[in-house]
Amino acid sequence: MQKVYTKIESIVGNVITVRAQGVRYNDLAMVGKSLANVIKLDGELVSLQVFAGAQGISTTDEVRFLGYPMKVSYSENLLGRVFNGSGKPMDNGPELDENLIEIGGPSVNPAKRIIPRNMIRTGIPMIDVFNTLVESQKLPIFSVSGEPYNQLLARIAMQAEVDLIVLGGMGLKYDDYLYFKDTLKESGAMDRTIMFIHTASDPTVECTMIPDLALAVAERFALDGKKVLVLLTDMTNFCDALKEMAITMEQVPSNRGYPGDLYSSLASRYEKAVDFEGAGSVTILGVTTMPGDDVTHPVPDNTGYITEGQYYLKGGRIEPFGSLSRLKQQVNKDTREDHRALMDGMIKLYAAYKESVEKKSMGFMMSEWDNKLLDYGKLFEARLMDLSVNIPLEDALDEGWEILASCFEPNETGLKSDLIVKFWPRTEE
Amino acid sequence: MKNNNAHVIGVNGNMVKVAFEGTLSKNEVGYIHVGTSRLKGEVIRVNGSEASMQVFEMTGSIAVGDEVEFSSELLSVELGPGLLTQIYDGLQNPLPDLAAQCGFFLQRGVYLDPIPSKDWEFTPVVKVGDRLRPADAVGTVMEGIFTHRIMVPFSFEDEDWTVTHIVEKGVYNVRSEVARLKSAKGVERSLTMVFSWPVKKAIKCYRERLRPDETLVTKIRIIDTFLPIAKGGTYCVPGPFGAGKTVLQHMTSRNADVDIVIIAACGERAGEVVEVLKEFPELTDPKTGKSLMERTIIICNTSSMPVAAREASVYTAVTMAEYYRQMGLNVLLLADSTSRWAQAMREMSGRLEEIPGEEAFPASLESVIASFYERAGKVRLRDGKIASVTIGGTVSPAGGNFEEPVTQATLKVVGAFHGLSRERSDARKYPAIDPLSSWSKYKGIADEKKVSYARSILFRGSEINQMMKVVGEEGTSVEDYITYQKSELLDSVYLQQNSFDPVDSAVEVTRQLYCFDLLYSILKAKLELADKKEVRAFFNQVRQSFLDLNNSAFKSEAFMALEASIRELAASKQGRA
Ligand SMILES: Nc1ncnc2c1ncn2[C@@H]1O[C@H](COP(=O)(O)OP(=O)(O)OP(=O)(O)O)[C@@H](O)[C@H]1O
Ligand SMILES: [Mg+2]
Repeated sequence: MQKVYTKIESIVGNVITVRAQGVRYNDLAMVGKSLANVIKLDGELVSLQVFAGAQGISTTDEVRFLGYPMKVSYSENLLGRVFNGSGKPMDNGPELDENLIEIGGPSVNPAKRIIPRNMIRTGIPMIDVFNTLVESQKLPIFSVSGEPYNQLLARIAMQAEVDLIVLGGMGLKYDDYLYFKDTLKESGAMDRTIMFIHTASDPTVECTMIPDLALAVAERFALDGKKVLVLLTDMTNFCDALKEMAITMEQVPSNRGYPGDLYSSLASRYEKAVDFEGAGSVTILGVTTMPGDDVTHPVPDNTGYITEGQYYLKGGRIEPFGSLSRLKQQVNKDTREDHRALMDGMIKLYAAYKESVEKKSMGFMMSEWDNKLLDYGKLFEARLMDLSVNIPLEDALDEGWEILASCFEPNETGLKSDLIVKFWPRTEE
Repeated sequence: MKNNNAHVIGVNGNMVKVAFEGTLSKNEVGYIHVGTSRLKGEVIRVNGSEASMQVFEMTGSIAVGDEVEFSSELLSVELGPGLLTQIYDGLQNPLPDLAAQCGFFLQRGVYLDPIPSKDWEFTPVVKVGDRLRPADAVGTVMEGIFTHRIMVPFSFEDEDWTVTHIVEKGVYNVRSEVARLKSAKGVERSLTMVFSWPVKKAIKCYRERLRPDETLVTKIRIIDTFLPIAKGGTYCVPGPFGAGKTVLQHMTSRNADVDIVIIAACGERAGEVVEVLKEFPELTDPKTGKSLMERTIIICNTSSMPVAAREASVYTAVTMAEYYRQMGLNVLLLADSTSRWAQAMREMSGRLEEIPGEEAFPASLESVIASFYERAGKVRLRDGKIASVTIGGTVSPAGGNFEEPVTQATLKVVGAFHGLSRERSDARKYPAIDPLSSWSKYKGIADEKKVSYARSILFRGSEINQMMKVVGEEGTSVEDYITYQKSELLDSVYLQQNSFDPVDSAVEVTRQLYCFDLLYSILKAKLELADKKEVRAFFNQVRQSFLDLNNSAFKSEAFMALEASIRELAASKQGRA
């Protein structure tokens, strides 16, 4: 039964209100030519957010309720295709409507989860050594506009051994969209990629649909045994779209205009990252740009509280401070026995180096120890932090010992004696 | 079920408006009928013939006109033997059972019996004619390593009840009758091993509340020695994201010297709970030799689970803690994170269109937080036993800034504050508790004079460090530089502790005291070192040996050798005091 209503009571922002009966919360409707979904029921008053935006909608436009919530087609036919935030093709390919699945489905029962156990190798020492990426992890790149975050995202995606890549673009610059498309094509990965793209010029409401579309599809492929990597860029645009909706709905903002449920909204998406026992997995790598490079801004702040760490990309490098992989300890105990200790030790020394740099910049005399640290910091940055370095984990660990040995005496490093005996490079005499 | 002739008149997120007839109480549980499922909710506001319900499930597909049925009961949990080792969601739904029934995903509207239908060997402790009051035991069962008292339900009228029937010692199902009691007014009631209790009401069946004056040992040096917590006390751990709140709570949940640990994972990552529930069954509790799981209950309402159930989850957890306290046990409740709970209240308050307080939190935030922590306490039960509930909550302040409503409201009511600092966690100085700004009102394990001396070195060392940033190392006297190095030593070999090292991760009291004394002798020593280079070399050596000592088994050969070398080293530079 599809009821049609032709009297729209109000149009505010992208939200319209009609009087209707028997409508269910969250269900879809067609408003003119656009999809819309029910976001509030109040007696007979039904509020809908219009995906394509409410511009040009008139009070006598048709509202036709479809009687089901938002769905997306799921099949192998998705591979290599590009869709927008309403799930419509953007690549001149055919529309897909077979095997529809619901988006924004229930969360995985925590009792069914397993402890993540597989390292994803990227060849980037700042990731592999210091903040190991793990299958089923949810992890954003924190950055500011102008930094090569999309390049980093693409590089990790190309290098990671996954079965499938799902790219969710939100407020993506058209150039960036083309960059992803070209990079994927060149590396031959396009036929195992699915894209849901909202570009900067597309309607706001569609932006809010992208993560759910991408994750619903990813989840199903994972259940069917695939290792899926979901790339979400830029989640800050997603949050800004939510903010716009909340303001339209006159919700009381909690912090800098963002709605009070921002944390829950983000969590319900990021928590889709999972490793299914006996099937595949969903790993989420996102981008969160920080307005004003301020990590305490509500978007990066809420994100940091949800994700399993973050890579802090600044000045074209992944910064050791501010970057964190919370799952690293699940895998770095089984890589090489010196991995953990070296990782901690080198970062502690790098922190000390930063202090010496500060002292130096204030014009203080550098002690012998300061000078050692300064040498160390330079080597560390050049030989491990530089993003052009592309070496396997084991080589990077060896490199770490070399750097330490060329700067310090063993007992200055704070490393355990048994490791020093085993790994400290011997000086040829 | 009573008939309120109720139906849905509005839906906004997880808030559903209902029109009803007859009587309805606040916090009463109701079920919305959607298709074939029934979705649980709780009345949080009544206005004339309209009620607002927070729904514990996703609200998709609810339509105006859907029938609502009310239960006459307040939101409650079931209490009885079999709670231990369980993993529940915020409404006490057993998650493994749910998984067995529904598979990978949570399915809304499925509510299973929280207490497993199991047989227990019941030993009566009363006879016909005995007079009892609520919370008095009628018998006991052995629940793993604990003697679980089967009690007169706390909800019975607080008056004398006479035993009219009691079963003999034997094996009974948890839900079969074990006793009957009669009140003075002649009301007769039947008892099984299970009863329920409304979660938002504190259980107060004890004789008196006592001061929390006994240290709760966590085996974490910086806590036990410098910032102790107490059995029956409260403490909070605020810190920016990634600073180590959860790791700290997990370490505490493993090592804390209490009988029972209840972990409330409130609005945080599901993956973190999985670590606990996969690892605990494998770990042995050194105190009992049994698996750690046997003393643990996990309440887990993770961030992507419905937000209203998140609000309920901390109450579910604390109610179970109070229940086990009634058995004379020491219970530790760890809630991670209380900010998510506060945010759940904020979401609800926003949907109710209440006038918001600071940062849109409800105006009642402070009093709600205070009354939650008030449920902790050390008590003397009516049988004279001493028991306690300790509450430790993490706080996740927006932007890592402690000047925000949840942190501030919490600081007003807790007995200890372990503030984590971004600076320390960035520098991998774990646990990243800031030793300078954190405080505790409780008594620790070590001699107070020595502790306060060590603390004074820390403060002085930090001052000198600040000064050095202005005048440089060259402008600092050797003496000051030694003090600074002493404070650094104290920090790196005592305050910092490696959670992932098998030896260092948990340090017994005797070992803590032993090592603290060793360290203290160095802090106290008047060292004769010629210049800063010599100072640095000396402290590097001491630190290295001390770190190695921290990783060696207590009083093992290696340990003793390292200790001797530290003492020797110190003696060689010791001036005449
Ligand atoms: N005591 C510790 N020893 C070693 N590493 C630690 C320690 N504490 C924390 N870490 C590291 O820091 C990471 C983050 O810690 P944790 O998850 O406890 O942070 P959190 O404060 O709970 O953050 P959030 O508020 O986002 O939940 C851990 O995954 C681990 O890598
Ligand atoms: Mg945490």
